[in-house]
Amino acid sequence: MSILDQPSSSPLSGGGVTRRQAWALVGLLAAAIVAWLVFAVWPDWLNAILISKKAFVSAILNGLTLAGLYFLVASGFTLIFGLMRNINLAHGSLYLLGAYIGYEVTSRTGYWLLGVAAGFVAMAIVGVVMQVFVFRRLEGDDLRQTLVTIGISIVAADLMLAVWAGGTYQIATPEWLDGALTLPVITAVRSNGASVFLTYPLYRMVVLAAAIVIGVGLWLMLNKTRVGMMIRAGVDDRAMLSASGVNVHAVFAIVFAVGAGLAGFAGVVGGSALSVAPGEDVRYLLASLVVVIVGGMGSITGAAIGALLIGLAEQIGLVYFPTYGIVLTFVIMVVTLAVRPQGIMGKAR
Amino acid sequence: MSLTAATDGAMPQQNWLDKLGAAHILLAVALLLYPLVASDFFLTQIAGYSMIFGVLALSLMLLAGYGGMLSLAQITVAGIAAYAVAILGNNTSNVLGFGWPWWIVVPFAVAAAAVSSALIGWISVRTEGIYTLMITLAIATATFYFAQQNYAIFNGHSGYAGIHAPVFWGIDWRDPKPFYYLCLGLAALSYAAVLYGSRSTFGMTLQAIRDNPRRMRALGYHVTAHKVFAWFLAGILAGLAGVLLVWFNGRVSPGTIGVDVAIDVLVIAVIGGLRHPIGSFLGAIVVILMQTFAIDIVGAERFNTLIGLVFLVIVFVSPDGILGLWGRIKPHFAQESLRAGP
Repeated sequence: MSILDQPSSSPLSGGGVTRRQAWALVGLLAAAIVAWLVFAVWPDWLNAILISKKAFVSAILNGLTLAGLYFLVASGFTLIFGLMRNINLAHGSLYLLGAYIGYEVTSRTGYWLLGVAAGFVAMAIVGVVMQVFVFRRLEGDDLRQTLVTIGISIVAADLMLAVWAGGTYQIATPEWLDGALTLPVITAVRSNGASVFLTYPLYRMVVLAAAIVIGVGLWLMLNKTRVGMMIRAGVDDRAMLSASGVNVHAVFAIVFAVGAGLAGFAGVVGGSALSVAPGEDVRYLLASLVVVIVGGMGSITGAAIGALLIGLAEQIGLVYFPTYGIVLTFVIMVVTLAVRPQGIMGKAR
Repeated sequence: MSLTAATDGAMPQQNWLDKLGAAHILLAVALLLYPLVASDFFLTQIAGYSMIFGVLALSLMLLAGYGGMLSLAQITVAGIAAYAVAILGNNTSNVLGFGWPWWIVVPFAVAAAAVSSALIGWISVRTEGIYTLMITLAIATATFYFAQQNYAIFNGHSGYAGIHAPVFWGIDWRDPKPFYYLCLGLAALSYAAVLYGSRSTFGMTLQAIRDNPRRMRALGYHVTAHKVFAWFLAGILAGLAGVLLVWFNGRVSPGTIGVDVAIDVLVIAVIGGLRHPIGSFLGAIVVILMQTFAIDIVGAERFNTLIGLVFLVIVFVSPDGILGLWGRIKPHFAQESLRAGP
């Protein structure tokens, strides 16, 4: 094994440990620390520093759920960007419109799943329409495309305000998703020796699971299917893909449909976990922007990493330094830009 | 630079007038006489406000037109100056308010704006083109949320109120006529400065960097330093506009630096056209007029739809905004203005 490894171990590494092995060690160590933090009963000094174990683990879980939501929104954003070099600044509007449509369908029919499907399908259609009527006309002029999406987001925000007014809506989740889950995490030990376990809303766990499933699904689609192959080829060299006989416009339309549909899906799912209100479009646009800047443009893995970083930073910031939470997000972005301008998983341009 | 100054001084009066251009002189006379015919509302709410936003858009035009850097953070920079005026000067919100006299506050506020603009530039020049737009949008949004959440410095959601324009030489500078001339003075000064700056060595270098950064780097120019300095200059303009804005409104809150306003500034600059500094003011007048009077056309709350649609149509039809449309409709005039322009 070691002999076989010899030629492939990179010349960069000294001391017998390859770079990859070093990173794996660091990762294992970090995982061990996190596992200990989550599962062990905390000593008093740690509780004193981090308020309480319950607050800490809840912040982590909330961060993970939020990261799942951010990933859903940002993955569509990064896909569209990666393929078409177009920053769809109307992406936040797609999120909000999807949420409103999901609310309407759910409250009229009573079926939450139908609302989720409606959010996805409606936004996928809107995405294709935008692709055909806007982006195809301004092909190759990414600045104008971006300006047009700004115009669309202005009009969309105003029209949504006209239809749904300024109120806050909450999409009702079905009964089978209500309730709380008791996690095998001991937050404290009572004086009589009984352990107190952490409970967490079931729905948020489902959101996290859905994000992971969709993330894996997207990765499989991109890496294992023929369409995914075309998309990846299009990201690398659009002209060459077109020259080899692939209908690039169809590929663009598919990507736009999936990306916009995911934003609508995230809108319904997020609108059930949190709430639907004007201004959410800007919030999720900002989240997508930062996630994609940090993670690297055009990379699904990057979007996942960026979403994790930003979601965790936001929730941990909310618990430990409430009014400066947004600064933490910002610092992450600036540090990433300073160290790796193309983002963590981005390709150097 | 000293050479051009010397020749300017030596030139006879006739040539100097010639150089200024008939259009500019006519415009200046019209603007100086405008208060004779206009009501107070048209003086401040329309003309003054347009000129403030014109200067803001001009700071964006300077970056985008000459430097190729499209920024959405100009209102953020202006907001920093506005908040600085509120914090260092007097306000009635009972938070901070050091009560410094205006002639210390204003330079400090503008300097703060210029330095933060240079910082934003320093962060964003690491990337190019469309990415700059993304990063500055993220910065603008993050600042907005920060100002909304932070009570120690920004006084949170309510911001600062009760900020008064200075009173000196026996004039209250927030009265309609003095305020109009104040705005006009700043607008004319910044317009002239940008026009002059675009023909200076620095301006030429910046435009060359916009066209081909690699070649300029190979020629030995420090590309990043030039770009960051352009951000610094744009920050001065935006900071001055921010000072006037806070005097105009009498208050500053997170809403002043919201994302919608950031986009408004971009809309103004793009609608006007990024080719020539006058475009910024044209765009400002068009957008402010629309914002004010669209209520009568499309009802109370739907003016954003109208503005968005007009913006969409202009972006679709003419990439160079109103200036581009003008150039298409009147090719002859366009050539004339090109000769007079940069």
